[in-house]
Amino acid sequence: MTATESRPQTRAAAPAAPPPRQPRVISFSHRLSRWDLKVSPYLYISPFFIMFAIVGLFPIAYTAVISFMDWDLVRNSGEFVGFDQYVWILTQPHFWTALRNTFSIFVLSSVPQLLLAIFIASVLDRNIRAKTFWRMSVLVPYVVAPVAVGLIFNAMFADKSGLINSWLQLIGISAIPWHVEPFWSHVAIATMVNYRWVGYNTLILLAAMQAVNRDFYEAATVDGAGPIRQFFSITMPSLKPTLIFVIITSTIGGLQIFDEPRVFDQFGRGGSAQQWLTITLYLYDIGWGQWNFGRAAAMAWILFIIILGIGLLNLLLTRTLVRDEGLRSELSKREQKRAARATKKTVKESQR
Amino acid sequence: MKTRALRRTTALLAGVATTAIVLAGCAGGGDAASNDGDGDATATLTLATFNDMGYSDELLAEFTEETGIKVVHNKAATSNDARANFFQKLGKGGLADVEAVEVDWFTEMMKYSDLVVPVPDDLKGRWLDWKEAAATDADGNLVAYGTDMGPQSICYRADLFEAAGLPTDRAEVAELFPTWDAFFQVGSEYVEKTGTPFIDSANSLLQGFVNQLELAYEEPDGTIIAAENPDIRAAYDQVIDNGLPISAFAGQWSDDWYAAMAGGEFAAMLCPPWMHGIIAGEAPEVEGWDIANAFPEGGGNWGGSYLVVPADGKNTEAAQKLADWLTAPENQIKAFENAGTFPSQVEAQDSDAVTSYTNEYFNGAPTGQIGIDRANAIEVSTYKGEKYFQYHDALQNAITRVFDGLEDKETAWNTWLTEISGF
Repeated sequence: MTATESRPQTRAAAPAAPPPRQPRVISFSHRLSRWDLKVSPYLYISPFFIMFAIVGLFPIAYTAVISFMDWDLVRNSGEFVGFDQYVWILTQPHFWTALRNTFSIFVLSSVPQLLLAIFIASVLDRNIRAKTFWRMSVLVPYVVAPVAVGLIFNAMFADKSGLINSWLQLIGISAIPWHVEPFWSHVAIATMVNYRWVGYNTLILLAAMQAVNRDFYEAATVDGAGPIRQFFSITMPSLKPTLIFVIITSTIGGLQIFDEPRVFDQFGRGGSAQQWLTITLYLYDIGWGQWNFGRAAAMAWILFIIILGIGLLNLLLTRTLVRDEGLRSELSKREQKRAARATKKTVKESQR
Repeated sequence: MKTRALRRTTALLAGVATTAIVLAGCAGGGDAASNDGDGDATATLTLATFNDMGYSDELLAEFTEETGIKVVHNKAATSNDARANFFQKLGKGGLADVEAVEVDWFTEMMKYSDLVVPVPDDLKGRWLDWKEAAATDADGNLVAYGTDMGPQSICYRADLFEAAGLPTDRAEVAELFPTWDAFFQVGSEYVEKTGTPFIDSANSLLQGFVNQLELAYEEPDGTIIAAENPDIRAAYDQVIDNGLPISAFAGQWSDDWYAAMAGGEFAAMLCPPWMHGIIAGEAPEVEGWDIANAFPEGGGNWGGSYLVVPADGKNTEAAQKLADWLTAPENQIKAFENAGTFPSQVEAQDSDAVTSYTNEYFNGAPTGQIGIDRANAIEVSTYKGEKYFQYHDALQNAITRVFDGLEDKETAWNTWLTEISGF
């Protein structure tokens, strides 16, 4: 109550009080230092934005222009065709198959990948011997070139001569047609993705786990909570922001999946019935297989819009989750400051 | 100390990885262009090929000795890589002084025939008529130097033939397949007796059929006839009805296919000369491979390449000299000996070096003479239009779908029709 009452007083009192010392510009060097304060931060971050404008923004805009044209790459000329390229893409059954495959592979890779990463990270977070060795070794698969991963896994997932099928047959399960059934081809590709990215995500999550205050665990132990209870009640809630980051990055990566399905067979065109054709694979094929850059550009924009949509969805989720956690107050900055000022005043008054 | 060292290593690794990612983005551009700066432009030429065209370092050294011009040779792993690189840079600079072009995407290149330097008139007549005709543009300019060609024959496993009670002698085997009907007859007999597939892949049979047609999917004036062409439907029917039951795989080049070649899971293959090196390389321990001087219903050409000189090159005159020299009969013969690439030059095919050439691996088969006979048996040169690759690839997919049991014959055909209507 005092807070609201005191506010008008301060405002009314302001003109009567001696004018506050305005920082007057006295000399050029003074002015320079003021500019320094205002402009320098922007200068410091400008290299990125300049680079981004050249190598990021320009291609994006250029792609948008090309996507409305029937483009001849060799002669660098095109004819304006309006939304024809977009219509063409959206009416292709291959596009919808590719969309299905992309999401299917994304789910099959992201979900087990994150679960596994959390599990491994929590194991690595414990007190084990040669910690650094184990931590480094989870990153090894990430360092292997994706094409090499593809080649190795291809040999393993070959329908007839493959290692995995011969193991399966050894234990009495019939061979799985990895290159025929869409679902199994997605599983195989997701395995390659998981192999590469689990370690990477593990390290990020491990870093977040290490930042959790050890006192919490101590207190929990004193209270008699077991490791599982501790994991779900302390570790997981503390991981939320990091998890959201990891989920967003793996969503973007998952929707752009290319290397693994590209090397899954010798032609890299997604299979005879488009079993493992992904959006980027289709994009590549239209661009570099059929030399139709207008359509490829339209495709790139459609992919961009899809990713943007899912990114926004992620953002919304993030905000609600973080707010629930109570890390950030629901009040705005100004309101917070005002509240703080008011509290200070109340304290002073009560002291008086 | 240990952790600090490790941390430093991690930082280093991270740095390397970042650089690698950045570099990967521009990797496509570097290869050919980087050689432009090497010394005097007149003293160095670049040559870009793919797979193994037989242009060994020794051969190129001979050229340097004769002319004083150094040659830097860039080899792309596959013809697809070379194709992507070629069209990205054509007309914009950055291509090698001499570029190799494969027949499957050669017609695509012909659309831009004004961007390459024509072959001098005095070289006309060096190649077989159809090889030259395919490289002549609307203005009557010959724009490409023919290198090799792919006159098909039949490669077979003599040991497996013997086990199935078939003749094993090269001459006798050659008489087994005068027609496709006879070929399928032999094939199904073999399958009945042994229970294993006769031929490697159904899609190579489709290649065999299509390479005997005059028109496949497009007419030279650009009209699309893919859906209406009865020959294509007939080829499809043949492959599905007769080819699938005797084939080990739907398509070639898969891991399983390579493994089966060494493992003896099939007994025969359609075999252009460039395939010889692949078989010998993949199944070095197998002793039964042999080559029959025969191909059902005459002959057919599968594959082959050209060299072209991009017009925006720094030194097109010297580049023409190199292309001329490389495709000269005597040097193409050397390439043939190096890699089995069968020459498309008239004179080379008449030479002793080719006619008397035998291949140790294939039980001493006279591959030179077989190539000549098979080349002479070629009656038509299939017109492969701008979109040949797309149409053919989609039809191969249809066959693969039937082979895998995903669709039946008619459904797969109809899916193909829908698919190509979008091209």
